[in-house]
Order: sequence, then structure tokens, then C-alpha cells
Amino acid sequence: MTSLPPVSRRAFARFTLAASAAMLAGTGRARAAAPSGEPIKIGILHSLSGTLAISEATLKDVMLMLVDIQNRKGGLLGRPIEPVVVDPASNWPLFAEKARQLLSVDKVASVFGCWTSVSRKSVLPVFEELNGILFYPVQYEGQECSRNVFYTGAAPNQQAIPAVDYLMSEDGGGARRFALIGTDYVYPRTTNQILQAYLKSKGVADSDIMVNYTPFGQSDWQTIVSQVKAFGSAGKKTAVISTINGDANVPFYKELGAQGITATDIPVMAFSVGEEELAGMDTKPLVGQLAAWNYFESIDTPANKAFIADWHKFTRNPKRTTNDPMEAHYIGFNLWVQAVEKAGTTDHDKVIAAMVGLRQPNLTGGIAQVLPNHHITKPVYIGEIQDDGQFNVVWQTPHEVPGQAWSPYVPETAHLTGDWTAPINCGNYDTQKKACLGSRHA
Amino acid sequence: MRKAGLAFTLCLALVLGSPCAPAGAQEATPDPYAQLASPHFDAIIAGIEALGRSGDDKALATLQALGAHKLMAGSEGVYIHAGTGLVDARTGQQNADIDPASLHPVRVNNRVRLVLATARAELLLAQGSRAEKHDALSRMLTHPDASMLPALDHASADPANKSLRSEFEAARAAILLSPGAPPVALNEQLTAVSAIKKTGGLGARSLLTRAAALEALAPQTREAAKKAVASIDFRLRLWSYAQDLFYGVSLSSVLLLSAMGLAITFGVMGVINMAHGELMMVGAYTTFVVERLIASYIPALSPFSLILALPAAFVVSGGLGILIERGVIRFLYGRPLETLLASWGVSLILQQAVRSVFGPSNVAVTTPGWLGGAFALGGLEITTVRLAIFLFAIAVMAALMLVLRRTPLGLHMRAVTQNRRMAALMGIRTARIDALTFGLGSGIAGLAGVAVSQIDNVSPNLGQGYIIDSFLVVVFGGVGNLWGSLAAALALGLGGKGLEPLIGAVSGKILLLVLVILFIQRHPRGMFPMRGRGIES
Repeated sequence: MTSLPPVSRRAFARFTLAASAAMLAGTGRARAAAPSGEPIKIGILHSLSGTLAISEATLKDVMLMLVDIQNRKGGLLGRPIEPVVVDPASNWPLFAEKARQLLSVDKVASVFGCWTSVSRKSVLPVFEELNGILFYPVQYEGQECSRNVFYTGAAPNQQAIPAVDYLMSEDGGGARRFALIGTDYVYPRTTNQILQAYLKSKGVADSDIMVNYTPFGQSDWQTIVSQVKAFGSAGKKTAVISTINGDANVPFYKELGAQGITATDIPVMAFSVGEEELAGMDTKPLVGQLAAWNYFESIDTPANKAFIADWHKFTRNPKRTTNDPMEAHYIGFNLWVQAVEKAGTTDHDKVIAAMVGLRQPNLTGGIAQVLPNHHITKPVYIGEIQDDGQFNVVWQTPHEVPGQAWSPYVPETAHLTGDWTAPINCGNYDTQKKACLGSRHA
Repeated sequence: MRKAGLAFTLCLALVLGSPCAPAGAQEATPDPYAQLASPHFDAIIAGIEALGRSGDDKALATLQALGAHKLMAGSEGVYIHAGTGLVDARTGQQNADIDPASLHPVRVNNRVRLVLATARAELLLAQGSRAEKHDALSRMLTHPDASMLPALDHASADPANKSLRSEFEAARAAILLSPGAPPVALNEQLTAVSAIKKTGGLGARSLLTRAAALEALAPQTREAAKKAVASIDFRLRLWSYAQDLFYGVSLSSVLLLSAMGLAITFGVMGVINMAHGELMMVGAYTTFVVERLIASYIPALSPFSLILALPAAFVVSGGLGILIERGVIRFLYGRPLETLLASWGVSLILQQAVRSVFGPSNVAVTTPGWLGGAFALGGLEITTVRLAIFLFAIAVMAALMLVLRRTPLGLHMRAVTQNRRMAALMGIRTARIDALTFGLGSGIAGLAGVAVSQIDNVSPNLGQGYIIDSFLVVVFGGVGNLWGSLAAALALGLGGKGLEPLIGAVSGKILLLVLVILFIQRHPRGMFPMRGRGIES
């Protein structure tokens, strides 16, 4: 920049105008070797304002990067991909409204989006009514299996259950007493219901399980942390399983540090704390606290290195972190590209049919395969927080774990299965009654 | 099988460096320093335990380095990252020809950390200073391990350790009551129970609960342990009421601090200031910036950057407040709905501005060492940072009272709010007073932001979490009355923390809000309404 001759303000303005006009005129013309033809539109449904923007804005960026990379590679079916970005503003009804707009006005081939389970639940009827395709990239509570959704985040058996197994193992400290602490909404409540059933099946007594919910944005954790401390003084190794949502985590961890709870005494296993959340914390008092994910930025594979390099280049920021839902979008987008290429069309029914069975290498050296229940296979990693704000992987599953839509540990769903291939073609098939209970779980 | 696998992996780890021929010799007595370099936690733990038993001073240095994340593993052993270069942990010699890029930190997990702390305590008991020995003994008291008993007995026989006798006894008692301890006579067991009971607190409760369920102990001992737990529980329950009181007071002080600025802008001036939370957020970000600047330019002052952030936040938020008043609010006096919308707009602008400058993620504000941690006061556990916020809230309140009651500015402020026309006729420049009053309220919001940055996350959304509570405090206490705000903050804080242990955080909050609504219906002007002629209009 400095080597350029000085430009007058007016000339600069003219230049910017021309440049933006060129950009508006269409991405196709700007690049010589770019794909031609009518663009294939995809929808990006992530909040860019409001409380969830902190997590979701990144996912919008990673989608734009993936589309950009694909277009450089020649697009899809010889046509360019055009992202349609909408902002549901962290507002549940607006999610449904924007989803409807994407499907019926913009006629997108598929949608990548949603963050909280509430947002997914509110767009679900729209996708089923208009027969759209949604790729959902976040770990969630399971107990759902829609034909129109591909769940590229973790189901409970791909995050929560292995995490508990680790805590109960020798390396994890052999915990026998569990405090389940969460924010009061659908994901923690359902996850904790599954975990309680699972812990009981492992012989943990009711009196050794403590469950506590707090409102969104809880900032005063004094009472709860001291309760956990008292709960941990029963002579058995105690662990905390945290489903605390986003922002409330910082004051929670600060209070843990202030009350002197260290990871060696009472480890905290978190399901919603990733690299992005740690960016705002002084992690020195947190060293050794745990998180369970299917991806960590620190995992050293060539694919991950290349992805991080692309990300830094695309965002022009060498400090931007990567995280688990970003990898889920990476997998989901590439699977969709494969499915469209296999089907030779973007027709929703044909793409949905082509998806099952596809395999896509993930960023950590494994393979993500699409299962008949529209979930994918994922490896599970347990990471310990380091003082540099990254996670150090201390344990991992030997193979990828196939995602389970319905939990076998909840009596009502124990004999349900999802299978969107012939002949069953049903999201909640009752294996005992040999009957489909309808398209969706009520 | 496991041993063979271990030797094999060691061999793998070494394969790049030395040939694997002496593997057989290694299997017989594994070299603890080589074990530390293993990628397997089992080998690392075995290495640490061996070093702990060795009683060697190089072993202590190695373990200290591991605890400080300064131990690097290479293909031929482990190296300590000293200030000047790499030191071979086994020999203590400087090693210049090793390439730092070929090394990686020794792997650590929570299990390794536990074993490490135990081994370190064992070594310090033999070689440490008196303070280190004291720490080692309290570590043994909270994490007793039967394997430590010989080292403990050996050290306690040393006449130099006479001054630590009671600590030695307590640590020994804890070990005798833990699983795997050697069997001892009944009366020794009972003495151990009463020694542990004397130490009190959650740690003793944990030890005794475990002892009460331990088959290896005599039935009488287990009975005594059970009784001791019951008596500790009773004592803890009494203390827990006092603890809840402290939590309540602490929450009240946060509420008061965040509401005090609003008590000026909304309470005294009558401006429905929706940007109040964002002024706090700006204060918190000022703390962040000050901390960064000091860390990079005057690192010696780093521990006190929080104190330096106080005037900075007051000036930045206060100045911003004056700007908002001069730029927006002053055109809207007497039009509360427009003020509400305009100040809400300002709050969105501030949020987005901060998001654009600092990014949407949280920023890390560190808590200085002197504010971290907690101390015990009887059975009470007082977290230092909460205590500091409590004292700070009192100080700010006192200072504010002083300004309002004892300075010409305060006199003019009260005159203008009570009767604007009369004050103007007396020659007070009301417009200037308006700006200063708004600036004062905003500056106090900035101070609250500094305090809040120590307990909450500093993100563009910070203000959103406090605005509702702040309005609640001011309205509930009675608009225009600082003492009312104090009473309301106390009522809400104590009420909230009193209900939380009984019915949970969510239901507690709901019940509290219902009670406030009922109260406001009965007394629409809050607990301590202002009276006076000027107020009615």
C-alpha cells in the first residue's frame, strides 16, 4: 500500500465506486476462470446481530470461505455457488421467517444454519413443509430425526456419553459423584435427562447426582459454586458436567478460580466451551479443566493445518480461532457438494437420497460418513484447557462414533430408530411395534 | 502385557535418537527421566512416582519444572527450560547442542498433576524450607496417600521439624484413615478421627465421610467418624447461613454499584437512559485497554493497572456521558418516550462500535494476584474480589453522597432537579449542570464497569445483563433517592441469595420479581418515594 503514489480523495472515491459496482454486477465476471451459468444459491441462516452473534457470525464467515474455495475450484456442476446471507438476529420467530424467505423466495438449494436448539426447532416445520434441506452444525441434545435436516454436529452419544466415560475412567480421575450444572433451556435439560439415566445404568446412586439450572446470562455463581464444593466433600471423587451456555461461562469459571476449585480436585467437563469462548478468559486458573468436542484447533493434521491457513487468509486475521461447529460446516458443505455432484442436480429429494452413505474426510484425520438417520460419524476428543487458551487432547475414541438420533438411555425413546432409506423411510421407527410413529417426535 | 507395550512405546519414542538395543535393560529398571518423555500417561506417572521416591535434589528441580510447564521432552530425555537455555534434567548440565524445535512439552493431564503434587510434597518434606514443608503437609492432609507414610514418619522424627508437630500429626491422621493405610491399633485410629475433626471444614468432612465407609477400619472408628461428620455438618450448616448472607451482601453491592449511576441519570434527572449498561461496558473495556497499555509500556505497574483503570474509566465514561447529553438528550428533556428511544439507539451504536473495534468475542481482563483467591474467616469463605467490590461500592456511595451534599456542584444539582425554573432564576446555569450531572452518573457507570470486569465477561453485550436489574433497583427503591437504591439493592440481593439455596436460581428469580411487582402495585413510587413540590410535575 505504501509504495502506491498518493491518490486524491476524489479519484479514490471513484475507484471505490467502480470496484463496488463491479462487485455488485456479479462475482462471475470478476474472475477469468470462474464457472459460468446460472448460480446455485445456498442460504446461510446465522445470527449476525443480537446475543448469539458472538458465536454465529464466525459460522457465516466460514461458509463464505467454503463457497469461495469451491467457486475457485470451478463451482458445482459447472455453475457458481452464490451464498444468500440473512440475519435472523438471535430471534426465534425471525429464524422461521427468514427460513421461509430463503426457501420460497430465494429458492435456495440448501441452507446452512441455526445455533441453539430453539432456533432449530422453530425452523423445523418450515423445512418440512417446503421440503428444504438444512445442515445443522452444532452439538445438540438428540431426540430428533427429520428427513429435511442433516445433523453434522454431535449427538449426545458423540459428546456427552464419551465425556462421562472419560471422567469415570482412571485417567479422568475415576469420578463417582456428578454435579450436572446447566443453563435452563432445552439442550441442557434433555442432555442431563440422558446423562442421569446413563449414570444410573453405570451404578451411580441418585444421591451422588446433583442437578442445577440457572437462567440465561447468570453472572452471580457464588451460591452454586459453594454448593458444588460442599457436594464434593463426600469422600468420593466428584466431577462437574457443565452445559452452561456461552456468555455465562466466564463468570462461572472466574468464581471457580476465586473459590479455589482446581481441575485436579473437581474437574469441570464442559460441552459448550470452545476456543472461541476461551478467547475472552484468563485461562491460567482453568488449566486442566476439560471440554469434549469432535474437533480441536490444536489437533495436528495436514488437513487441519490447511484449513486454519485458509481461514487466516480468508479473514486476514492470523489470530482468528477455529472451532468444532466450523469443522461441522466444513464437513456438511463438502458432503452436500458431493451429493449434488452424485445426483447431478440440486433437486431436494434427489440430493437427500444421494446423501446417505457419502464419506468425507474430516479435519482430524478421520472419515465422516452420512448415516441413514441423517447424522454422521465423528471421533470424540477430550481436551484440557492450557494456559495459552488452546486445548490439549488427552483422550480420544479409537474410532469414529456413529451418531444416535434417539437415546437408548431414555425409556420413551429406547426402541426408536431413524432410517431415511427404503424400506423404513421413517424418522422415528418403533423397532418393537414395527411401525413408524410419524415424521417427527412430538 | 502392559509393561511390554510400555517398553515398546518407549522404544518408539526413542527410535529417532538412539538405537533401541538396550530396551531389555530399560525394562528391568526403567529410567524415570526417559519415562517422562513418553507419550503415554502411565509411563509419565511411573516416572514421577520414581522421582518422588528417589529423594534426589535433581528430581525435585525436574518436578518443579514440570509443574511450571518448563519441562521439555526430547528423544533422549527431558530438558528444563531455564532462562539461559536448556538444561539436561538428569545431569543438571547446560546442553547447547540440542535443537529446541525438536522438543515438545512433557504431556500432562489431571491425573499426572495429582501424582506430581504428591511426589513434589514428598520431596519438599525432605528438602524444602519450613514454609514449603508446611505446604507439603497441608497437601498431604487434603490428599492423603498411604505410600507417603514412610517419608512422613522419617521427616517427623527429624528434630528440626519440631515446630510443625501438629501439622505432622494431622497429616499422619489423614493417611491412617485413607484406603490402603497400614492397620494400626484402635485407639490410634480414634485419635486420628478426633485430630481430623479438629481441622474442621469441607476437607475434614470429605476425609471422615470416606473413613466412615472404609471396611479396613474398626467398627468403632467408623462410628466415631460418622459422628464427627454429623457434628461438622451441623457447624457447617450454621456457617452456611452466614455464608449466604455474605453472598447476598456481595450481590447487593454489585447491584448497587451498577444502579448508582442510573440513580443519578434516571433517579435525579429523570432521563430514561437505556445506554446506561453500555456506559458500564465502556468502563469495562477501558479497564482492558489500560491493562494492555500498562502491560506493554510500564510492566512494573501491571499489578496495579486495575487501580489506574478507575480514574480512566470514570473520565472516559463520564466524558462519553457528557457527549451524549450535549448531543442527544438535551433536545429531548420532558419527552420521556423520545429519550427512551434515542438513548436505546445510542446503546446500539455503542455496542456495535465496540464490536467493530474489539471484535464480537469476549476480551480477557485479568484479575491481579492480590485480588485473586479467597480466605477463611471462621467457617466463612470470603472471596477477595467480592470483598473488594463490596468495599468499593461503599466507597463510591459515600463519595457520591459527599458530592451531592457537601459540594457546590451537588447543591446546584439538587436545586436544578427540585425546581429548574427557580434554580435558573437564581443564576445557576442549568444546561451546564445537566451536562455535569449526566456526566457524573455516566462516570459512576464506568466505575461499575471496572468492578464488573473482574467477575463477569467483558463483551459488547455486557451492558444488556445489567440494565434491567439497574432499573429494577432504582424504581423499587424510589426514584430520586440514593438511600432507596441502597435499600432496594440490599433487598434484591439478600432476597435473591436467600431464595437460591431453597428453591433454585430460576424459581428464586421468578418469585423475587413477582414480589417486586406486587410491591410496586401497592407502592408505585417505590420504597422511599421523594416528596417535594418540584417532584409532582
